[in-house]
Amino acid sequence: MRDEAELRLQADVLVIGGGPAGAWAAWNAARAGARVVLAEKGYLGSSGATAPGGTNLLYLPPDAALREAAVQQRMEGGGQLSEARWIHRVLDQVYESLQLVEAWGYPFRRDEHGVPLRDHLQGPEYLKLMRKAVHRAGVRILDQSPALELLVDEHGVGGARGLSRLDGRRWEVRAGAVVIATGGCAFLSKGLGCNVLTGEGLLMAAETGAELSGMEFSRAYAPSAAFGTNTRGRTLGWASYYDQHGKVLHAGGPRSRDFLAKALLQGPVYAVLDKADTPEKRAILRRAHAIFFLPLERAGIDPFTQPFPLTLRYEGTLRGTGGLRLTSDDCATSVPGLYAAGDAATRERVCGGLSGGGAYNASWAICSGSWAGHGAALHALDAPRERRLRPAGGAGLRPVQGSAPIDSAALVAAVQSQVLPLEINYFRSEAGLRQALGAVDALWPEAGGLPDTRTPQAALRAREAAAMVAASRWIFNAALGRKETRASHTLAEYPELDPAQRHRLIVSGLERIALRTEPVPA
Amino acid sequence: MIELVSTSRCTECGLCVRVCPTNVFDDHDGLPVIARQHDCQTCYICEVYCPVDALYVAPYGDQAVTVDEDALAADGTLGSWRAAIGWGRKRVTLAALDTTPFIDRILPSQPALPAEEIAFILAAPAKEPAEA
Ligand SMILES: Cc1cc2nc3c(=O)[nH]c(=O)nc-3n(C[C@H](O)[C@H](O)[C@H](O)COP(=O)(O)OP(=O)(O)OC[C@H]3O[C@@H](n4cnc5c(N)ncnc54)[C@H](O)[C@@H]3O)c2cc1C
Ligand code: SF4
Ligand code: SF4
Repeated sequence: MRDEAELRLQADVLVIGGGPAGAWAAWNAARAGARVVLAEKGYLGSSGATAPGGTNLLYLPPDAALREAAVQQRMEGGGQLSEARWIHRVLDQVYESLQLVEAWGYPFRRDEHGVPLRDHLQGPEYLKLMRKAVHRAGVRILDQSPALELLVDEHGVGGARGLSRLDGRRWEVRAGAVVIATGGCAFLSKGLGCNVLTGEGLLMAAETGAELSGMEFSRAYAPSAAFGTNTRGRTLGWASYYDQHGKVLHAGGPRSRDFLAKALLQGPVYAVLDKADTPEKRAILRRAHAIFFLPLERAGIDPFTQPFPLTLRYEGTLRGTGGLRLTSDDCATSVPGLYAAGDAATRERVCGGLSGGGAYNASWAICSGSWAGHGAALHALDAPRERRLRPAGGAGLRPVQGSAPIDSAALVAAVQSQVLPLEINYFRSEAGLRQALGAVDALWPEAGGLPDTRTPQAALRAREAAAMVAASRWIFNAALGRKETRASHTLAEYPELDPAQRHRLIVSGLERIALRTEPVPA
Repeated sequence: MIELVSTSRCTECGLCVRVCPTNVFDDHDGLPVIARQHDCQTCYICEVYCPVDALYVAPYGDQAVTVDEDALAADGTLGSWRAAIGWGRKRVTLAALDTTPFIDRILPSQPALPAEEIAFILAAPAKEPAEA
């Protein structure tokens, strides 16, 4: 493959990633008058964490008391690292945005009084509508076109380069501003829809000097059938749990946070949805989270009466809260011209150190996407016309002179062996994390080797592998930097919350990783 | 993982090649071929998009299995996920039938719901709302 691009485009705003955050960013940028290109690794409509299943949303009517209660609850759950003003901004924005979704044709259910219930979106339907809206707004969509690196000059970021997976063509988009909306980094752990989420957005941004925040809060694991990939687990709220001898481990009702992780370290765990004990309840669950039942039924299991084995799949930064550090209300990063949205951005301003339950991520993707798209469009208006842009990509893309070929499969397996195990990354201890950090640090020079570029798939995988190595190093560095237990982060040696550590942890850099603290704004 | 492209059903529309998030299919003169099965993330979305129910994704995330197209066709498995999502002519979408906003009413700790309430939750909408 040549370094020279075969498709060159000029735009005001380039959005990288076409999940909800990228779609909202593109739509808003276009509405603000910008010429917009959106480059998506897969396909805008089917790709990312929302598409195959769906998401619950944080959505409240404009009732001051209700909203204030939600804000207070989130401040508490997030370990006092979130900001009330930002939670209110999300509640305001998501209310507006979901009205648009309904106007575009999403058939929200209504309650007995005719009030629309806009707190859940079925993924395929939602993203099909978003694709249509984005297309109608005049955005040029490049599907199957992963971005590999950013273009920069002294004014900041000014575009990106990537390739088409279908024909290997290289593309280059020059733009006054770029929005990173590439989702989280889930380390190819096969959670539902998540194997496209390998962290290149974070790596690309870090190569231009962007900082990350909250990476220590990457400790979420999601249950799925052991043989399957469906990590939408709400339906397990109607389960009882058994060991391989049929002994009851948990007889229903809320599980303690550690229950599954602890039980799985002892041996196999099985679930039966026996708390859904009437045909009507079963029918209601089936039409709610249909994707939960699909793999089970295809495997010949009736989950309401027959036990099925469970596993936990690591979600990386995905249902964590860390990502690119944001420096303004319109989701600018610490690099001029570079914006971040959705799971690629830190969600600490609204979630603090805990996401998941409470459904902030999907609402955050909508809001941060909207703000970033608008902010990027305004920035692009003022961006200089004459640029001397150079590509900023390093590891997994541009080899260090004379280095050995990258064995991407081996590199991925080596990173996974450190980030996936519950023993290391869920039951965190200083000693365990230090050892893991040593192991992933040792992989970084390998990631800088010679990538196989004979096929677009191989070229992309080398870059993905490098991004996962980088992400694992940020996660372990940050986790070691928070010597306490707060929100979703724990450390065996420091089981208590330390009031003196009520700050954010900022990591940056690739060759050498720097760590600093930042106070939480009042 | 994806296990089947039915060559007898496939109309070579090319959609699955375009929509697969992990780029599992190659286009061989119009016909989709499973070129990188081990990159499949078992997300089932190709089945939703295929207009003629030509694809089958087995529920096993890591393990390839052999499947029998005739059996999958005979018991209605082919196309079942697209039907559940409600895409295709004369179908009601799952989104319109969604019961998620109501599931907190049937939590194991809640008292049983009256029949009218259950009927309301499970009712199909009179018609699909018009697209804006
Ligand atoms: C099973 C599951 C259930 C969930 N349930 C809920 C819920 O109920 N409530 C809730 O709030 N949240 C939920 N979440 C989280 C929610 O799905 C995410 O927060 C949301 O999808 C984030 O949107 P996003 O656009 O940032 O990322 P994504 O939707 O993941 O999209 C990112 C996109 O970027 C693309 N991309 C990646 N790398 C590149 C590259 N190099 N170049 C170009 N494109 C790239 C990917 O292909 C992908 O399409 C759930 C997640 C999972 C996995
Ligand atoms: S199940 Fe998902 S990843 Fe697998 S082939 Fe179909 S669309 Fe691609
Ligand atoms: S989507 Fe279906 S009909 Fe179209 S190419 Fe793929 S298998 Fe064939």
